[in-house]
Amino acid sequence: MSGSANVPLIEVENLGVRLNTSRGPAQAIREVSFSLGRGETLGLVGESGCGKSVTALALMGLLPEGATLTGSIRLDGRELMGLSEADYCKLRGNRISMIFQEPMTALNPMHTIGRQVAEPLRRHKGLSAAAARKEAIALLDRVGLPDAAKRVGAYPHQFSGGQRQRITIAIALACEPDVLIADEPTTALDVTIQGQILDLIADLVAERGMSMMLISHDLGVIAENVRRMMVMYGGTVVESGATEEVFTRMGHPYTQGLFRARPRLGARKGTRLKTIAGTVPELADLPAGCAFAERCAIVESRCRAALPIAVAVGTGHRVRCLRTDVSMARPIGILDS
Amino acid sequence: MSAQFAAQADPPVIAERLRRPEKGFWRRALRHRSFVVGSALSLLVLLAASLSMVWTPWSAYDIDIAAKLQPPSEAHWLGTDSFGRDIVSLLLVGARSTILVGIIAVGIGLTFGVCLGLIAAARRGWIEELIMRMSDFTFAFPAVLSAIMLAAVVGPGMVTSITAIGIFQIPIFVRVTRGSANAIWAREFVLAACASGKGALRITIEHVLPNILSVLIVQATIQFALAILAEAALSYLGLGTQPPQPSWGRMLNDAQTLLFQSPLLAVYPGLAIATAVLGLNLLGDGLRDLFDPRLSRER
Repeated sequence: MSGSANVPLIEVENLGVRLNTSRGPAQAIREVSFSLGRGETLGLVGESGCGKSVTALALMGLLPEGATLTGSIRLDGRELMGLSEADYCKLRGNRISMIFQEPMTALNPMHTIGRQVAEPLRRHKGLSAAAARKEAIALLDRVGLPDAAKRVGAYPHQFSGGQRQRITIAIALACEPDVLIADEPTTALDVTIQGQILDLIADLVAERGMSMMLISHDLGVIAENVRRMMVMYGGTVVESGATEEVFTRMGHPYTQGLFRARPRLGARKGTRLKTIAGTVPELADLPAGCAFAERCAIVESRCRAALPIAVAVGTGHRVRCLRTDVSMARPIGILDS
Repeated sequence: MSAQFAAQADPPVIAERLRRPEKGFWRRALRHRSFVVGSALSLLVLLAASLSMVWTPWSAYDIDIAAKLQPPSEAHWLGTDSFGRDIVSLLLVGARSTILVGIIAVGIGLTFGVCLGLIAAARRGWIEELIMRMSDFTFAFPAVLSAIMLAAVVGPGMVTSITAIGIFQIPIFVRVTRGSANAIWAREFVLAACASGKGALRITIEHVLPNILSVLIVQATIQFALAILAEAALSYLGLGTQPPQPSWGRMLNDAQTLLFQSPLLAVYPGLAIATAVLGLNLLGDGLRDLFDPRLSRER
């Protein structure tokens, strides 16, 4: 929390997204609210199809054709909902940047990496070709691309996955954005590279005082890299709070299940990996009530009646569950394992 | 390096190789039989057309009734037609018309078709629907039919036939362009480009077009062959190139009445048309294979 502005940098209120899928309209996101202050880091965790990426794309204004948005997204107090495409283009890459999951496909194979890094600098900052090239080399150097000055003229296929992800990071950071959205930035990389890339992102975020939203399905990645976290399930936030607080006292049965399902070192041989029974509900036919009801061990009939409201169980720690009294009776988190 | 390319079946990578052809590309090209034969035949037609601009054995326009229907001789290598014109000269000059018609007609189709296709892919929605239904509508009329309609309105001639063939090419290019462009739009680097603040126009020019170039080149080669065939057909029907301008289609038409007297008169232009069309088709096939490493086994 380095900034002292009263208005949070990003404020999302009651965000709802309806997508047109091949199986009919689907409520991909419902009642998602959060805020992100200057210099703050926020993690978004959940399994595939829970709405993490849709939330990120909604912030970027990049939802697919036919998506309907409700609620409000404000950047520095300015409403982004209903902003014209041309105005949105001025924000993207300039004030909000995004790093994608797949570095193998996120770069245009036809252009040199130098050109791709210099692009946003020329467009948003109006730099000359020579100045942008110089800046691009400096950026590539900063993200740890070896021999940056020599390799600016190379094409993406001449780099490894880790190097390509460094290049996409350089592109995302070129214009010193206020917010960086990293959508599973290390999922496609080798385990050995994952740590390096996450460290690099963390360093850059701290160095430039940016805010970051880190999306991951990996609890470990979230625990190590962000101050605050949100757990998403079935298109809504089921638990949110300071990372330490959430990891110490998990409130939602889903978060607890996710935590128990992680593989552990030092477990006795033959110990079976715990899983959460059942499967993720289809977004096209989400139940009216709690989306986790079908898989929850402590479900009651009132859980299925309506989407539970989020209750505060600690300072800034909110859980969207009606039965926190039962689920939190015995603390589940890093302390108990 | 080439093994790595072969393993990577990524069309844009191939398109990139087209822009910066490496040694491997040409080595592969020279070993590709249909590419070599195709380019040789196409080059032959091109050379004939170029040669006709500076030299022909006889003038292709001079009528010499006294020397009509001569068999091949030292003076007239392939003989003369019913007006006493030298067949070799007619074939050379005819190649010029053929290539001119091909280039302009494909140019019309390529320019309009690619623009419309790119717009359709970039805008989607009702604009895409409108463009695609309009090209379906155009596609419903064969080139010959639209040329007859056009000739009825503005009179027959080379311009009429070129325009008709060109219009007929547009929907084909619209479809090919839209299909490939849609595939590129769905790729992540386009989303990344959106995320870095690029508008639809910039993305189309910088990301989509370069990545579908190889597809368009192959299609243009095939369309060139089809345009030559269409031109020959129209000239044969008397709607294309008008006399005295020589054209292979016209030569066929002239030969038709003399089929029993001197059948060779029909064979020469027929062979010329077949050479050009075959050459371009082989060239197109070859290019398609060379741009696609999945098909790069030698034939």
